[in-house]
Amino acid sequence: MTQSDYSNTDKIMMGERSPLEKTFDQGFRWLTLGFAISIGLILISIAVIIAVGAFPAIKQFNFSFFTNSNWNPVTDEYGVIAVIYGTIVSSLISLIIAIPLGVGAAVFLSEDFIPEQIRTVLVFLVELLAAIPSVVYGLWGIFVLIPITTVFGTWLNQNFGWFPLFSSPPAGPGMLPAGIVLSIMILPIIIAISRDSLASLPPDLRQASLGLGATRWETIFRVLIPAAISGIMGGVMLALGRAMGETMAATMIIGNSNRLSISILDPANTIASLIANQFAEASGLQISALMYAGLVLMLLTLIVNILAEYIVNQVKAKYE
Amino acid sequence: MQESLRNDEELLRQSVIELMDVDIFYGTYKAVKEVNLNIPKNKITAFIGPSGCGKSTILRCLNRLNDLISSFKLKGRVTYHGQDLYAKDIDPVEVRKRIGMVFQRPNPFPKTIYDNVAYGARVNGYKGDLDELVETSLRRAALWDEVKDKLGESGFSLSGGQQQRLCIARTVAAQPEVVLMDEPCSALDPISTLKIEELMQELKENYTIVIVTHNMQQATRVADMTAFFNAEAVGNKGNKVGYLVEFDQTEKIFSNPEEQSTKDYVSGRFG
Repeated sequence: MTQSDYSNTDKIMMGERSPLEKTFDQGFRWLTLGFAISIGLILISIAVIIAVGAFPAIKQFNFSFFTNSNWNPVTDEYGVIAVIYGTIVSSLISLIIAIPLGVGAAVFLSEDFIPEQIRTVLVFLVELLAAIPSVVYGLWGIFVLIPITTVFGTWLNQNFGWFPLFSSPPAGPGMLPAGIVLSIMILPIIIAISRDSLASLPPDLRQASLGLGATRWETIFRVLIPAAISGIMGGVMLALGRAMGETMAATMIIGNSNRLSISILDPANTIASLIANQFAEASGLQISALMYAGLVLMLLTLIVNILAEYIVNQVKAKYE
Repeated sequence: MQESLRNDEELLRQSVIELMDVDIFYGTYKAVKEVNLNIPKNKITAFIGPSGCGKSTILRCLNRLNDLISSFKLKGRVTYHGQDLYAKDIDPVEVRKRIGMVFQRPNPFPKTIYDNVAYGARVNGYKGDLDELVETSLRRAALWDEVKDKLGESGFSLSGGQQQRLCIARTVAAQPEVVLMDEPCSALDPISTLKIEELMQELKENYTIVIVTHNMQQATRVADMTAFFNAEAVGNKGNKVGYLVEFDQTEKIFSNPEEQSTKDYVSGRFG
């Protein structure tokens, strides 16, 4: 492109990019569009295939699937109320433990309480927590956690047995240890996302609060956490999705009992763990019922995600 | 730190904050040297000077906001009504309750307008009528009429100039004695700037104001006293250390300064 080209105004407006480059740019657009669509297609095809597989069971049980607490392959009688209860309660236990622990750790790691170098090491350790395979968590749960929760659960049952959640003596594996292991597994998600959203707040906010005579803790609780709440909630909801879908660790610790029991000291089961346990030996209507259970799990996580989106938007709307 | 010294009664009555032989360091790097300055009560004092001369650094050390920087170190004495602000038993939180700050960019909290203004009072355990305090503070910041019907809306729903006045209202509501302003108009348009300058004139009845500004016209318009800072290179690594060149009546600084460098700066020859 020499200087003389610029005297011709038409040419400047037409551009000097070669047709090949333009085609390539266009092609790249189609390529990325293809990638984006294929993600949607994968999701839809999974949902459709599961729905088709579940169809015989849907026809057979319809909504009684949600009210029946029996899961009996011998009599071909299936219901998921017990495993839905197990899925939700074990996830809730994990959230109750992981939210304060995770947000607290995130606050600590985003403040300058300790030198930068030590903080970097701690952040790395938190990330390592996410790298531990779930089967290892399961092993740890069986050999370390369950003996502890059995002692603790016995005490709970003896002293607070009148409370429905603690109304049975612990049987070893059960909802409580499963919830605790799940909480450790979802901690890294909550910590990482909460820390990121706290760290990305403008430093002005902190200075403004301190400049008004607020202490560090007032600043954290009244300004920083409320300002980062949409990020924190997003992390919590992601974590909840993870907890509900976690299979291996849950199956190893929860006791795999399909009987509905309110007590968290009793063995229970989650949808994911039920499917993992039974699929290998299932046949006929049982396969279909498992597919149906899988569909229910997908719906549950979908509801959680929509709820999360809704809550995050509600909280955000107040601020912007 | 040495024990507190009693100051001359007369001096105490006139000046709220005094800086004596103040050196400021970041780690081993000296940012500001030998500043001696008395900030008079119920006046507007402007800090002017070229970039990097340490104006903002000095401003922030007046309410210990520099404490947030771990490598920050101060030598010399900064006194507030004769009390050494950097004495061991001084709580920086208490200091900041009395010496408020307005920042360069408007930085309202992600809260409602009402909660923004009430924040300082709430953290300070204000016992009086919060509604009344919010109203008077917003009135003082000349913002009440614009926001009185939407106190429940987010502070972010306001324009930049309104946000800055909200930040001033927020600072005023914390009931400080001194208000520090770090280039409060540099992110604002001329009309908003004018509003804030008018506001400062009203505020100085009740508060002592210290303002850092890059805008010399602004200094001549609003300030009673002006301090001119400059920076000089030290060593051969391009480090600069800021120092106070001259501090006097604004009129004198801009019309008939003692120092040649002040004259050069205010007449636009450098900086």
